[in-house]
Amino acid sequence: MLVNQFLILAAVLFCIGVYGVIARRNAVMVLMSIELILNSVNINFLAFALRNGSIDGHVFALYIIAVAAAEVGVGLALVLLVYRNRKSIALDELSEMKG
Amino acid sequence: MFAEASTVAHEALSSGWFLEHAFIIPIIPAVAFALIIFFGKKLPMKGSELGILSMLASLVFAVGAALQWINRVNGATEEQFINPVIRSWTWWNSGGFEFGIGQHIDGLSLTILVVVAFISSLVQIYSLEYLRGDRRYTHFFASLTLFSAGMLNMVVAENMIQLILGWEIMGLCSFMLIGHWWEEGANSRAALKAFFTTRTGDIGLLVGTSVLFFSANSWTQEHLGVSGFSIRGLSAWALTGDPSHAAITVGAVALFIACIGKSGQFPLHTWLPDAMAGPTPVSSLLHSSTMVVAGVFLVARLYPVFFEGMNIFGSGVNLITVIGGITIVVAAALAFVQTDIKKVLAYSTVSQLGYMMMGLGAGAWMPAVFHIFTHAFFKACLFLAAGSISHSASHHSFEMKKDMGGLRKFMPITFTTWIISTLALCGVFPFAGFFSKDEIIDNVGHNGYTVFMVVGLVGAFLTAAYMTRATYLTFFGEPRGASAGESHDDHGDAHATHDTHDAHDSHDAHASHGPHESNLLITVPLMILATLALGAGLFNATPFGESWERMTKWVEPRSVVVEDMAHASVGETRGVRTEDTVAPELMMSAAPAATAAGEEAPVGEEPHAAEGEHGAHAESVCGTSTPTTGICYAPQLHHAPFKWAKGAMSVLIVLVGMLISWLISVQMYTKKSGFFVGLTSRNKLLALGYGFLVNKYYLDHLYEKVIVHGIAHPIAKAAYWVNQNILDGIVNGAGLVTRRVAGWVYRNVDQRVVDGAVNGSGAVARGTGNALRPVQSGKVSQYGALLFAAAAVAGLVLIIVNT
Amino acid sequence: MVAQNIAFGIIAAIMVVGALRVVTVNNVVHAALWLVLVLAGAAAQYILLTAEFVAVTQVLVYIGAVMVLFLFGTMLTRAQLGKEKLLNNPTWYLGIPASLLLLGVMIMALTSSFGDEKLPTDSELVSTQAISDQIFGPYLLPFWALSFVLLVAVIGAIVLARKD
Repeated sequence: MLVNQFLILAAVLFCIGVYGVIARRNAVMVLMSIELILNSVNINFLAFALRNGSIDGHVFALYIIAVAAAEVGVGLALVLLVYRNRKSIALDELSEMKG
Repeated sequence: MFAEASTVAHEALSSGWFLEHAFIIPIIPAVAFALIIFFGKKLPMKGSELGILSMLASLVFAVGAALQWINRVNGATEEQFINPVIRSWTWWNSGGFEFGIGQHIDGLSLTILVVVAFISSLVQIYSLEYLRGDRRYTHFFASLTLFSAGMLNMVVAENMIQLILGWEIMGLCSFMLIGHWWEEGANSRAALKAFFTTRTGDIGLLVGTSVLFFSANSWTQEHLGVSGFSIRGLSAWALTGDPSHAAITVGAVALFIACIGKSGQFPLHTWLPDAMAGPTPVSSLLHSSTMVVAGVFLVARLYPVFFEGMNIFGSGVNLITVIGGITIVVAAALAFVQTDIKKVLAYSTVSQLGYMMMGLGAGAWMPAVFHIFTHAFFKACLFLAAGSISHSASHHSFEMKKDMGGLRKFMPITFTTWIISTLALCGVFPFAGFFSKDEIIDNVGHNGYTVFMVVGLVGAFLTAAYMTRATYLTFFGEPRGASAGESHDDHGDAHATHDTHDAHDSHDAHASHGPHESNLLITVPLMILATLALGAGLFNATPFGESWERMTKWVEPRSVVVEDMAHASVGETRGVRTEDTVAPELMMSAAPAATAAGEEAPVGEEPHAAEGEHGAHAESVCGTSTPTTGICYAPQLHHAPFKWAKGAMSVLIVLVGMLISWLISVQMYTKKSGFFVGLTSRNKLLALGYGFLVNKYYLDHLYEKVIVHGIAHPIAKAAYWVNQNILDGIVNGAGLVTRRVAGWVYRNVDQRVVDGAVNGSGAVARGTGNALRPVQSGKVSQYGALLFAAAAVAGLVLIIVNT
Repeated sequence: MVAQNIAFGIIAAIMVVGALRVVTVNNVVHAALWLVLVLAGAAAQYILLTAEFVAVTQVLVYIGAVMVLFLFGTMLTRAQLGKEKLLNNPTWYLGIPASLLLLGVMIMALTSSFGDEKLPTDSELVSTQAISDQIFGPYLLPFWALSFVLLVAVIGAIVLARKD
């Protein structure tokens, strides 16, 4: 197995995730795309852990999974709050932050 | 080597319990903060007693440590390097990286510790009365206490990480306290502005710390057994001549950017006057005497890094002096057009901070540190006096022209303390400011920075003039507005709003009885501070001869080449290192162990000045020539000899400034009939200058309108233009071309076969055109696309550069 | 080793197709189900990378918990679960050049730095014990920080989502 086959797979997943973040209008879909990005990072961590023969990558992959869980929890709570206030979770309607 | 050292070493430096346990000083207010937050509201005095007690306890500890330090210095010989009392523990340890926490106690940190603890105590006592009945009384004291904990922690910090911790706690508390009355929009905006502006500078702190760490770590680990974050390690490393010039310059400039933000130096000074939206005790403690000197403190703390990085003494000009010099004049000029008494004081603070920076940049380390010391007293006193006026006389207004005037009759104590502090600030002879400010100006000139000496004198003239104007407007002439007993609810001042708070009403009732002196909780701190404003200069009264230069003796680190234990052994064995590499490693492991055990310093660190062989090292000057063996912790600095003629000249300049300003003030504000009234409306040039000053050099316009809008709007406009003209053009053109082609094909080639396909593509093209049209929605997704594309381009650039 | 390569290829293809479906389908529930496929594929890749424990955690946390959260979030914010239009931004096409550019740069960097370097083939599965030694040893501090993050996230989610 090449190192690169995993890294490139991760890169492809990452870019698909980036596309999703940019293109999607629905907040839940954006969160899903972020999950894709986080998973691609995990693949990278584990590939490098195997390549370098160290366990640190595994540790950080686990941390990322935990952070992702927290992120989804808070993210969906935010989405619920937004939905309750505006009856919509379309991100392009949330433009209060426009500078 | 070791035996030899112990025979020639001077007697060990004395130490003491307070000195060894100085790390407790910031812990006391930190604990008090937690107690106030959790139990404050249930206590009889709503938590304020905890804050005051903790600050008094810190003060006792700090004074005890300072006395023991003085003892330590007095017990040492003239040539001896006074080792700072350094203790270090592992704070956290992650993935093989170790971060320490501890204390680095020397004259500088003790000076600031005493000042911070002292002023915090007085300000908290003052706040008892000033904020009585406030809605968030407990939170106010909690924030003040947390601020003190952060500041004290920054001052005792043993390494940069600990320093950053304290620095950021201070920034947070500054934000909370400026926005204490956040119901008023202006206050919360000022809080945000202060926070964001200082955060902008703080990027420099992180970058500088990282740059220095990665440059210095291997050297400090090898020679001192400490990490590259350690202040001691960085100081020694900077003076070895070992570091690359680029690394240390980048590190020093980055750190200095943080100092510009925190210490309100030009061009990031704009937040400090706005920060006056906070309660007056906050302005007095954070935004004049303690927090804003953090930047100055950082420069003084890591002085060797700045000394080498900025090439102080190496040339007639460097970044620190330039920024400091500009700040002095720019801020002093702004103080003339302010009508809010606190804003006058705020610009005065900015200007005085400029003096400190300029002094540090020009090699006048000791005068600059001494100016921190004296400035804290008289500026805190001025702010508290302003608070006393607004509290008891002008119905919570700070407008000098509208609501003050003639107050000297009603507030004799406030008036006297104000006058003493003003004279101290202006630098009139027996007052504290003279001994520090004049020393800065004198030393700057002595070190060859003649231009900046002139800048300092101009600044002194301006200071005298604007303080006289403020004094005149406040205390002389006829009472106006609220001071005259008029009550008006909408004086448009942000500070005034808190008197509408429910609990304040009963307390405010007395304001309608006209101006009167404040009560003892306010006047006693004022009197204590005024006494110090009068007498603090005697701690380092250069004009009276060397025996009066106590602070110089106690505080200034001596520029002596120290034979460090680890380093000495490396130096000794350098020639035979290939044969015997064990010895230095053994020695190196011994040094950190001794430090960690809390001992003041390894015995081998004692200097060998008296010894014949090493005598040359003591004479080799740190900073200007690299010591061949041994380590320097402080660069060699010069002191200007005091001349009465020079002192008299600067006092004369100050007096002339006061006189001119007094005469103009009388003409303008009392007689109202002179040449000066309406001068700005008659003379175009003056009007231009006045408008320039009133608008604060248009810096806020620059930041908000030009930079923020300038960056945001053209991008939006360009995107819109691109969309309208190029993308639409392409799409429409494509559609058009397709239709033309389709038409041509339809007419000329085959109507039946290609027909459907061509119509379809035309429709697709038109549909895409419609979809492309609303591109300029300004939404998050576009920013995301831009962000990722920019990241990709940046990656591409990196790849190209690196290959 | 050929078997592993074949496994990798199949799983990778499934993952890429699944990921593309996640970002293109017009139905939130379908997207979530496609995401399950991708996450399962990722877990399989982790096993190929000898990360047994991480793979199990991935299945438990992501497929077990996170996906349920997603489906709940979808149901609570949407009246109809079926197909719907306007799931994409009007400017969705901007994502294509941005992500393609990013992909190009990354692949360029990866091929130039790792070329055809091979992964070690003789390594055994990383034991859970080794990971726990690492987490509760040198990386204890991040672990604490993470516990704190989770606590804050729980509190934050409750505060944000409760009705009052």
